[in-house]
Order: sequence, then structure tokens, then C-alpha cells
Amino acid sequence: MTTTTPVTFDRRPDEYRHWRLRLDGEVAWLELDVDEQGGLVPGYELKLNSYDLGVDIELYDATQRLRFEHPEVRVVVVTSAKDKVFCAGANIRMLAASEHHWKVNFCKFTNETRNGMEDATAHSGQTYVAAVNGTCAGGGYEIALACEKILLIDDNSSTVALPEVPLLGVLPGTGGLTRVVDKRRVRKDLADVFATRPDGVKGKTAVDWRLVDELVPRQGFREAVEQRAREIARESDRTGEGGIELTPLEHRYVDIEVAKDQVTITVKGPENDPGDLHEEGANGWFLAMTRELDDAILRLRTNEVEAGTWILKTVGDPEKVLAHERAVLGAKDWLGNEITHYFKRTLKRLDVTSRTLIALIEPGSCFAGSLLELALAADRQYLLDGPPIDDEDSDERATIRLSEANFGPFPMGNGLTRLQTRFYGDEDHLAWLARERDHVLSAAEAVELGLVTDAPDDLDWEDEIRIALEGRASLSPDALTGMEANHRFVGPETIETKIFGRLAAWQNWIFTRPNASGPEGALRRYGTGQKAVFDRKRV
Amino acid sequence: MPEKIDYDAKIPNNVNLSEDRRLQRALEGWQPKFMHWWGEMGPTLETQGVYLRTAVSVGREGWAHFDHVNVPDYRWGIFLAERDPDRRIAFGEHQGEPVWQQVPGEYRADLQRLIVIQGDTEPASVEQQKLLGLTAPSLYDLRNLFQVNVEEGRHLWAMVYLLHAYFGREGRDEAEGLLLRNSGSPDAPRILGAFNEETADWLAFYMFTYFTDRDGKYQLGTLKESSFDPLSRTCEFMLKEEAHHMMVGTTGVDRVVTRSAELIREHDTLDIGPHGGIPLDLIQKYINFHYTVSLDLFGSETSTNAANYYTAGLKGRWQETRRKDDHKLTDDARRLEKPAGDGTWTSEELQAILLLNLDLRSEYVADCQTGVKRWNKILADAGIDFAFRLPHPGFNREVGINSGHHVTPGGTIVDEATWEAGKRKWLPTTEDLTFVRSLMHPVYERGKIASWVAPPRQGINGKPFDYEYVHLT
Repeated sequence: MTTTTPVTFDRRPDEYRHWRLRLDGEVAWLELDVDEQGGLVPGYELKLNSYDLGVDIELYDATQRLRFEHPEVRVVVVTSAKDKVFCAGANIRMLAASEHHWKVNFCKFTNETRNGMEDATAHSGQTYVAAVNGTCAGGGYEIALACEKILLIDDNSSTVALPEVPLLGVLPGTGGLTRVVDKRRVRKDLADVFATRPDGVKGKTAVDWRLVDELVPRQGFREAVEQRAREIARESDRTGEGGIELTPLEHRYVDIEVAKDQVTITVKGPENDPGDLHEEGANGWFLAMTRELDDAILRLRTNEVEAGTWILKTVGDPEKVLAHERAVLGAKDWLGNEITHYFKRTLKRLDVTSRTLIALIEPGSCFAGSLLELALAADRQYLLDGPPIDDEDSDERATIRLSEANFGPFPMGNGLTRLQTRFYGDEDHLAWLARERDHVLSAAEAVELGLVTDAPDDLDWEDEIRIALEGRASLSPDALTGMEANHRFVGPETIETKIFGRLAAWQNWIFTRPNASGPEGALRRYGTGQKAVFDRKRV
Repeated sequence: MPEKIDYDAKIPNNVNLSEDRRLQRALEGWQPKFMHWWGEMGPTLETQGVYLRTAVSVGREGWAHFDHVNVPDYRWGIFLAERDPDRRIAFGEHQGEPVWQQVPGEYRADLQRLIVIQGDTEPASVEQQKLLGLTAPSLYDLRNLFQVNVEEGRHLWAMVYLLHAYFGREGRDEAEGLLLRNSGSPDAPRILGAFNEETADWLAFYMFTYFTDRDGKYQLGTLKESSFDPLSRTCEFMLKEEAHHMMVGTTGVDRVVTRSAELIREHDTLDIGPHGGIPLDLIQKYINFHYTVSLDLFGSETSTNAANYYTAGLKGRWQETRRKDDHKLTDDARRLEKPAGDGTWTSEELQAILLLNLDLRSEYVADCQTGVKRWNKILADAGIDFAFRLPHPGFNREVGINSGHHVTPGGTIVDEATWEAGKRKWLPTTEDLTFVRSLMHPVYERGKIASWVAPPRQGINGKPFDYEYVHLT
């Protein structure tokens, strides 16, 4: 599916087309009420509360606002405003009509949003509860799976289902397979039965198999859910008041420059010293920069699919970056916590972005602490060992700095810091790095510590970088995507890495196979009344 | 497979139940649950025996036996039509292959779903009609009500048999679920909307048996075409029984119209309410309501599920084998009329296979039209200048392309305000329902009948109208 206008990610609750956000003290209700005619791209109707990227962008916006604007909310109930149907999952006609990259990007974003819901439960005391009030299939059940608790209406007919394999010849790609066995600890044989039957499982069996937590009678469903939500709210440790408004984005700290096959992202450091986090709200540098970076990553991934290399740069005063970082990490209140976790999630987006990431560390840059994480997320780091290219008389030299930010608060999906990932299993080296914390590191030191790939001098810099980038651009984008994804995630698997790595890889493969996407494939034949024709060979 | 029904068994059947111990045990386990359900949800009125028809054979001739039966002792059982050993699949991608005697694993879930949905409607109508016995207009009608009820119970047995015999433990769970959902229950309602509506009076009962049971006839007709032979044979026999329910509906409305016509002539006014009759415009409102609620049962005009069922050979078209096309429908197209946002009708060309629900609905609409003709003939013969009409298929719809639009009975798309203003003219109001209910006094004397309905032209099985069809306590 191609769009003529670029996709934006700016949404406001009063303009949502598909969700209703209702606040009631410590409980928030997120009700899915998809506007069938409100698809992001023409050509399909969003029937039965099925969703596309547009529906999910609103969900993402809502989850973000709940964390920043509503510190009083301890439980978020996700339910449907429609009778008898909770959610039918991703819209099949949209998937069938979409180009491969669109499907993959859509899956990635939905996964990030589901992970974000779990992150809110784990780190913000904002527990998501799914109140499944009707049929719940595929991606619909995956929304429920991202919640901490799943309450299913007990009407003797509503089911939960993952029908992708039997109906569509693809996988439940938003973590369904992984979460069923890893998170909910459904026995693998039962998971196998569950994921191969198109009609799903209802009632007591769903509870027995652990697919849902509780059944709630149909009569008084809302009241019972509300009561349950209040109970869960009492167990939450989230405290806070005076949420800050996520005002419309201004592009002040993140610049994007798009050339044909390359994007340069420049993050600007703060101009001033940090003020009061709460007073500054969405204007505070750390939060504003994070929001802009998040938005930039999302828009570039969706709209600039041929720009395969992203060059990451920073400009500014490292001292001020570190001062703002200390203000956030040291705040020890809900807002400091939210900003920390938001920057963490934004870095994770970078980690799973299927683009070559190159950090260019030049004089005048501010790759210190949290912003050094951007460089550490990149596939390669080049540091200019010499004066600025356009001012050879200057004394200014590029440096980097490690801070507490590099040693814990922003883990990757594999549960490790970017330094632990970079020096996987090398405890001595990591200890050495810890001792270099808070020091200004020169080019030579950065090379010695293994924190940069190379440090060309000012005579070689332009050629070296040009050759590196041109060489990169000549390689197969598919091979690069695969290679980078492999290199970026070392060490143990977690639910997240399985979802983004294992599950997504299989799904991407399946999406390109004729059995799913060929003219007679299951995805293309869906809705035609004709059956898919499968090549029976196992590969 | 014996054609004769084994009536000595605990569960009468013609499927050799005694030779399948596992199935027999399963069904005998379900039987008391069914009896319990019947006791709780079945007819409220207690009787000492009702002149009921009981199937004794499934062949073409002499299949039924009539006698007074104590209703709870009715021998519900499992009767399949005779097997045609040469039967072949008539449509879809398996066309020409021999029909299936077992459920193919690939279609297990779909077949189970189809059977559960069909099964769910059968006990629903019993529940909807639970209280009607208390206000029967005559013993003849009371007898018909019970006949309909026991046969709906029998049809439930038919679906339960399939679930037990072919769908393992899950089938047994689903069979139990059929008794756990109840019409109109706030906790566990029946699956389809029409089966959660109230059947509060006898005019509604006649309308239900005319319009809603007729939907059942067409649904059974499509399942009769199924490649899964046991389902096909089960439905074939159910259709035989269903015909009587249609008769109750057709002649029921006939008799109300006849009586209303008599009263109109007698008092020379259309306003016969004060004279104990049901005015014609009120009958029209009932037609409007029951017809449209029944149209909803056909599902959405365009349906991927129906298309998939067709291709797979699970559910065919009405009289599939008589249709003269390729029975695959992948290359055929058909036009669909749909309401547009600007209040006009537009049409769209779609693959015929996606419009199977519409195909079936069209057959149904044509059939419903015959009843309307009959009723209009009664009026014409009485010299009354009034004609009943079926409303436009877009009128009062909750399902499909018309839901969300306001369409008048004449087929004009109108705005919300016009709709609200017209609704009282088109659909029964609370006052209308209260009025009809006020006429519903039981008449349990032999040969007597309520004021608002004419006696039938003929009785049951050659018996006269004043026969004691029901022994009351």
C-alpha cells in the first residue's frame, strides 16, 4: 500500500477517530470504537473493530498521554465500545493490499506500542487490564496479551483466538505466540492447539489454559470490571499529581535532513541549565528532545523507506546535557521516572530500526551520557580526531563522556546496557569503563576504550566517511537489515528480543512466501471465498 | 442403517445408537440435562396429554404417528433421512467427489460453528414461546404450539447428535452450551439477535412461525446441501418437520386476517379494535417487524464466511443441485443495491460468491411474498380495499449494509427525524403491543375460539376443530 501524503504521528484525544479515552480518577478507560470508514489509506473498511496503523497511532498517543498527563491513573482498562466484539485484530484487507515494507513497519510499530503498555505496567505502576467484552481474535487478543490481566465476558459464546495460522497462512505477529508461552505460561501443546484453531477458545477452557485470567458475568460486566480495576489500583505504587500536558510538537532539538538514500539526524543539546522539571513540562529539553527524536524515528521509518542509512549527529554543550540528565535521573519522582523510561523506549526504537545507523562524532558535538547512548546504539561510530573540517585553526576537539546513564537506566530489549552488549562477557573491560565514568575522553582514549570504530584525522575524515557511506549504500539492504539486527542483540533472549527477532524474522519470511502473499496465497485469497493454494514442500 | 426408527431404545434413533456405546453414553449423559432444561425453560402450561405427531420413520410415506402424549414424555430422538450411497459433492472445490461421512479435519472448526449456530436457534424459540400456552386462543392452537415446541426440541437433539457423534469432547461441551445460553438472558443470550426477542402474544407467534421459522427452512435448506453427509441427512429430515411450523404460521396469519375481515364487514369500519379484532394496519406493523428481524438472520449481504463455506463445500445454496451454473461461482458477478451517504441508492458489482447470503435472502423474500398474496386475497374476496406489503429490505435493519441507515418501508432513505416520526406508523408501538396482549385470553373449551382469530379450515390429521386436542388438568 502506498500513501501519497506522509504519515504523521501527531494525535490529540479530542480528535481520535477510533478510541475513546475516559478518565475516572485512578482508573482510565480506553475504549476501542473503530470508525470503519476511517482507514489511514483508502481501499479497505475497518470492520469489526479491526485496526490499521492509524488506529494504532492513536493508541500509542493515548498510552503516552496516560503516563505523562495522568500521574493519578493507576489502572487502564482496555475494552471495546462495540457490542459483542472486542477487536478483530489487524485489518486483513489492509495487510493483503500492503507492500511488504508497510506490513513489516506496521507490525513493528504495533509491537512497540504493546511493549510500551507492558512497560507502563512494569515501571510506572500503570497497570493495563483487558476487559474483553466480545469476540477477540488475532491482534485483538494480542492487545489483551499486552495487558497484565485479561477479563473475559462469560456469555458462553465469546472467544479469544489466534486464527492467523489456519485462516491467513501467517503468524500472529504482534507477540501473540511469544506471550502465550513466555508471559502467560500456556503449555506449549495447548498453545499449539490454540494457535491452529480458527474458532478460538471460550469460557472455562480459556481460564484453564491460562489464556485469560478471569471470567466476568455478562450482566453487570462494566461494574464488575470497574470493581476489579479499583482493586488492582489499590495495589499500585504509582503516586503523583499535576500531570504535564504533551503540547503539540515543535521541532526545536531534532533536525532531519533527507537525501535520497541517506538521512542525517542532528540532536541539539540544551541551551540553558535545567530548571524545575514540572514547571518546564513538555518544554524541558530532555522530554522535548525525546519526543522529537521518537517522532523523527517513526516518521522516517514509515515515510522514507529508501533512505537506508541514518547518520546520527549531536550539537551542543556536553556539560549542559549532563546537567539535564542528572536533573531527570535524580528527580526520583513520577515525572523523572516517566522521562527516563520514555528515553529508554525511544532508544529501543532505534535499536530495532532496520536502517544502518552511523554516529559521526565531530567537534562541537555533545555525545555525553544519555546522548552517547545514541552513538552506542549505532552500528558504527566515527570520531573526528582533529579540528572542525571548516575551521582548521580552531582548538575545538571532539570528545565523548560516559556517565551513570550508560550503566543502567536505559537497557536494551535484551535486558543489557548498550555497553554490556558492546563488550558482551568482558567484565574486566566493563569495570575499566566504569572507572572512566565522568571523564572527558579524547579521540585516542575513545579508541583505546573501544568506544568508537575509528577516529580518522581531519585530512582523512571526509574521504573515510564518504567511502564508508558509499560502500554501505552499495550492499544489499536485506542482507544489511539481517546482519545489523544480529549484531545489535547479543546475549540472552527476552520476550522483547524474541518478538522483534525470532517472531518478526519468521513473519517477514512468511510474508514474502507465495503461500501467504502469492496470487493464490492465503493472505491474498482471504475474503474471496476461494481457498489458498499451498506449496506443500516444507522449507 | 435402518430406515425404521428404533423406539425401544432409551433414545429413539435410526442411527444404530445401540452399536456405538461411546456415543450412546454421551447422549444418555446429555439427556437428563435436556430434560432439566425443558422443565425450566419449556412450556409453562401443564397438560395431561397433547395430540402430537411423532416421527416413526424417515421414508417418504407414513412417517408420522399421531396420539395423545404427555409432553415431557415425548420421545425426542435422532432421525436422519435415508442415505443415498452415491451422493456426490455438488459445489465448491470438491465438486464431484463423494460426500464425507466423517468431518474433514480441515473444516472441523467451521462445521462445528455452523452446527452450533443452527443448534442455538432451536431451543431458543421454545424459550421465547414459553408463556404462550397460558393464552392460547383454542385447543387446536395450543396443540400446534406444543407440536412446534417439541419439534424444535427434536431439532436441538438433531444438532446435538452431530456434535456428540463427530466433534469429540469439544462437541459435547458445545452441546451443553446450547442449554446454558437462554433467549433474552442478560448473562448468556442466544447467539443471534432475533432469538432474543420476546414472542409475547399469539399474533407474534404466527408471525414468528411464518417469518422466522421460514428463515430456518432456508438455512436448513443450505445445510442440506452440505458435503458432510450426516449434516445433510439430518437437515433433510428436519425440513420435513419444519414444514408444519410454516403451516402454523401461514394459516395462523390467514385466520387473523380472516377474522379481522369479518369484523370489518360486520361493523363496517377498519377500526375493529373496540370489537375485539386486530386492525389491519396493526397486522402490517407486525409483518414489518418480524420480517425485518428475520432478514437480519441472513447475515450481511456480502460475506466472506459464506463464500468460504461454499468453496469448502460446507454450506450450499438453496436447491443447489437444480441451479444451472458452474457451482463454483468464482467467475460470476452480481449487483448489490446499497444505500449511499447522500440518501440515494447505488449499486455495486461484486463476485457472486461473496453475495451468497443475499442469494439465499432473495429466495426467502420471494417465498414470503406468497403469504402476503394469500392474505391479500382474503381481503380482496371480502371486498376490503387494503393490501399488505412486505417492507423494503433496507427497512429496520440491524445487520448488513442497511444497518445504520434509516429506510422507510417504501424504500426511501430518510434522516433521523423523519425516521423517528414515522416509526410509530411502521412498527408496533408499546400501545399496540399492550392492545394485542389485552386480547390474549385463553380459550380452553372444545370447539371454542378467541374473538380475534377465525377457526382453522381443517383440523389436524383429519380430526375436526372441536376435537379435544389437549387434555388439560
